[in-house]
Amino acid sequence: MLDLRELWEFRELLYFLVWRDVKVRYKQTVLGALWAVLQPALFMVVFTLIFGRLAHLPSDGVAYPVFVYAGLLPWTFFATTVAMSSTSLVNSANLITKIYFPRMIVPLAAVGVGLVDLAVASVLMAGLLAWYHVALTPLLLLAPVFTLGVMLAAIGIGALLAALTVTYRDFRYIVPFAVQLWMYATPVVYAASSVPERWRVPFAMNPMTGMTDGFRASMLGRPPSWDLVVISAVAVCLSLVAGIAYFQRVERRFVDVV
Amino acid sequence: MSSSATGGPVIVVEHLTKEYVLGARVRGYTTFREAAVTAVSAPLRRAWRLARGGTEARSRPFHALDDISFSIDAGTVVGIVGRNGAGKSTLLRALSRITEPTSGTIAIRGRVASLLEVGTGFHPELTGRENVYLNGSLLGMRRSEITRKFDEIVAFSEVESFLDTPVKRYSSGMYVRLAFAVAAHLEPEILMVDEILAVGDAAFQQKCLGKMQDVGRGGRTVLFVSHNMAAISRLCSRGLLLRHGRLAFDGPTLEAVTQYLADEQRPDSLRWETAALPRRLDEYGELARLTVVEVRPAAEGKSGFRFGEDLRLRLTFAAMSNIHSAAIGVGIDDLYGNRIVTFNSDEAGVIMAAGRNNTYTVDLCVPNPVLNPGRYAVSCAVLSGARILDFLPQAGYFDVQPIRRDTGEHFEPTAGAGPVRLACTWEIHPAAAPLVSAAVS
Repeated sequence: MLDLRELWEFRELLYFLVWRDVKVRYKQTVLGALWAVLQPALFMVVFTLIFGRLAHLPSDGVAYPVFVYAGLLPWTFFATTVAMSSTSLVNSANLITKIYFPRMIVPLAAVGVGLVDLAVASVLMAGLLAWYHVALTPLLLLAPVFTLGVMLAAIGIGALLAALTVTYRDFRYIVPFAVQLWMYATPVVYAASSVPERWRVPFAMNPMTGMTDGFRASMLGRPPSWDLVVISAVAVCLSLVAGIAYFQRVERRFVDVV
Repeated sequence: MSSSATGGPVIVVEHLTKEYVLGARVRGYTTFREAAVTAVSAPLRRAWRLARGGTEARSRPFHALDDISFSIDAGTVVGIVGRNGAGKSTLLRALSRITEPTSGTIAIRGRVASLLEVGTGFHPELTGRENVYLNGSLLGMRRSEITRKFDEIVAFSEVESFLDTPVKRYSSGMYVRLAFAVAAHLEPEILMVDEILAVGDAAFQQKCLGKMQDVGRGGRTVLFVSHNMAAISRLCSRGLLLRHGRLAFDGPTLEAVTQYLADEQRPDSLRWETAALPRRLDEYGELARLTVVEVRPAAEGKSGFRFGEDLRLRLTFAAMSNIHSAAIGVGIDDLYGNRIVTFNSDEAGVIMAAGRNNTYTVDLCVPNPVLNPGRYAVSCAVLSGARILDFLPQAGYFDVQPIRRDTGEHFEPTAGAGPVRLACTWEIHPAAAPLVSAAVS
């Protein structure tokens, strides 16, 4: 199993890798940190026009922009993290072949960068909640719990894809569009309540279903659909275990392959 | 795990073996499609070979390390010597846990830092200051430790005034100095170093050697891979000699060096295939790759040139991309790795445009050379401007025989006469009668 004590010993390296990626990204771009907000914000505008105005998707009784942004926030965190993790090992080939450290640090650093982005993007969430007069409730305290759930799912899936990408370079092309499709299997642009009853269980087997729905519910001050949350939580645990197990099984070979 | 305990082995290696499978794969990774095709075609091909009465195994395993056992006591400075491809770097990689052994065990007691490259993880966009922290933490330093040593590191590197400049604007010399400064301030219990002294200018190299000596004296255990026998002899108290992945000698440094020089560098050939040799840095050999190095004395079947005979070398290199200004560098070293002379084609105005996927043969002739009889090593490089595209230290060896080219007489310089013999005239004042020469003739 994962050597947590060793990972803990290397926590400063994890910090520096996250710090490096955040810093380098903001140095090379004109807009810098704004990008972390801009991406979900633009999606919010587009989705509001298409799904809110044109398709009139139900949004659980709140304004569609705030509804979709509350879903985009956890989803963007998941999607960017998984995309970054999946190429992280290949992109760190020069480190892996020269220095020893627990390889798991590499995809974990991608999660760290995703968290920083999430924090930046949350500022707009606060603005939207205020603008649309959504009352804050104690349920907001659940948001960090669902964020943790998204993070664990991203670690599991990210580690799995990172390891697969080392062996099969196809995944460089598969991951970006698979993640795009995945969003439509997740209640981001539509409400979980609009999914027919008989599809509810398979729908919730997507680890992101319960976490996204739960995150949104806690933001908008409604009780989460606990059935979805429980099933998705199990799926999160399974993907975490499977991802880490596969990663560790092929970890020994990385250096001879990258 | 107790730290810095004196006495007792800190590294115990038993039956260490590392196998690579040579054969079909060059790139190393696969795509799904290839994996699927191979799954179907491999059994068919094997059946076809067997049906034709061929042999079974096509991809034979290559033993980069073959059943190596040794142990190292705390505070020992060990030099690892051996030819290119003998397994030195693989051994360091296995010891520093970068690569997993195929079989055998490695037990290490204490904090290890390995320097397989200068400036690993340096990011061009980050400033010198930021890279010191990043690189330091990659090498295993704590943040507090880096902060504490920061001023010392900067002073050692001599790049104070550029600390807040991105390192992409550094000259290569500044880059190396800063990178080495970080490495030099590591305080691990066990330090593994792979040939990093081969970079940087001479003065800085001396400074680094001095620093390494201090590390050794500080009671820490050091493993040091180098082609520079002078440095090995100076720094190390024990030598490991590797030959084709096996441990050929383990004992006092001088003996290891002597054996290496006598045995490994015997010019048993005048032609060396260098295409498959591992390179010092990953980027070497990527755009252009030296494939053959040849020594071409006039007399066939000899291990080298006669004294005074024109030195003729032939290099072959393959260009993997279009290089608009390629040049060739050849260096002649003594067996201790000290450079005697360097020939760069661009300095002689020979710069070529190399085309992708072409192979080029380069002949170098040095007329009337002044090398004394003895044994020498040839190092070669493909250059493009200030950039090194490929570099092979000591790719081949040759002898200058103690026979005069012109007269065929035996000629042996006095011991310790140095590597070169230059023409000169003598005058003595006040002029004396040439009694001696008269007496001799």
